[in-house]
Amino acid sequence: MMILAKGLSRRDLLQGLGVGVVTLSVPALALATPAMVADEMKKLFPGKTAVDGKIKLDLPTIAENGLVVPLNFEVESPMTAADYVKSVHFFAEGNPNPLLASFRYTPMIPKAAGQIRIRLAQSQNIVAFAEMSDGKLFTAKKEVKVTIGGCGG
Amino acid sequence: MAVTPTPRVRLPATVKAGETIEVKTLISHEMESGQRKDASGNLVPRKIIKAFKASFNGKEIMAIDLHPAISANPYLSFFVKVQETGTFTFEWFDDDGSVYKAENKVTVG
Repeated sequence: MMILAKGLSRRDLLQGLGVGVVTLSVPALALATPAMVADEMKKLFPGKTAVDGKIKLDLPTIAENGLVVPLNFEVESPMTAADYVKSVHFFAEGNPNPLLASFRYTPMIPKAAGQIRIRLAQSQNIVAFAEMSDGKLFTAKKEVKVTIGGCGG
Repeated sequence: MAVTPTPRVRLPATVKAGETIEVKTLISHEMESGQRKDASGNLVPRKIIKAFKASFNGKEIMAIDLHPAISANPYLSFFVKVQETGTFTFEWFDDDGSVYKAENKVTVG
């Protein structure tokens, strides 16, 4: 009985907190828009356009906790001195700040892949850009539905 | 709620030459985004780890820029290839100028 009572109150507390986070912080914050992500991309790669492909972006379709959302990725590339992935950039279309993280590689890295954990304020698209050593740009997009926003901490 | 950032790195101590290995790193850090408000409604100042760098035998092999949207206690995983015995150095750069460092020796055999 004690355990049950404890479990219930903890759940109630967490739900209460979650509602608080969503109602308090989301309207107060200016959130990014897809246009801001496009602007950031133009700043990084002026005058270039990205084509779909090469990037495998793996995120949960539904993230229950926006505070910790695992992001897995892999960019298809031989990773040789002549042909490698120079950088991979991640953006969030609906966070207060669209920037998430940028990976910068050298040919000494055998595989342009990895995992990070990100905070998402609301349901939104995650966009990745990969810059190849020959200057070509590739992009990928994935939608994540967030149950409890992660911006209030 | 200040935590002392302690880096933790997991990678094999012995590898075959040319083998691709995954490096998993975790560092305890609150990653305060600078957007959160405290109980009295004031913004909590931003304090995050803004960059990460991996080097092998003193030569930089990769770097990661981090932004406030990275979760607390940042977990980073990536892949490296080892051709010779040497030492990996991993560095985390804090907003306040601190650098947290971890070193891992890897033997080819």
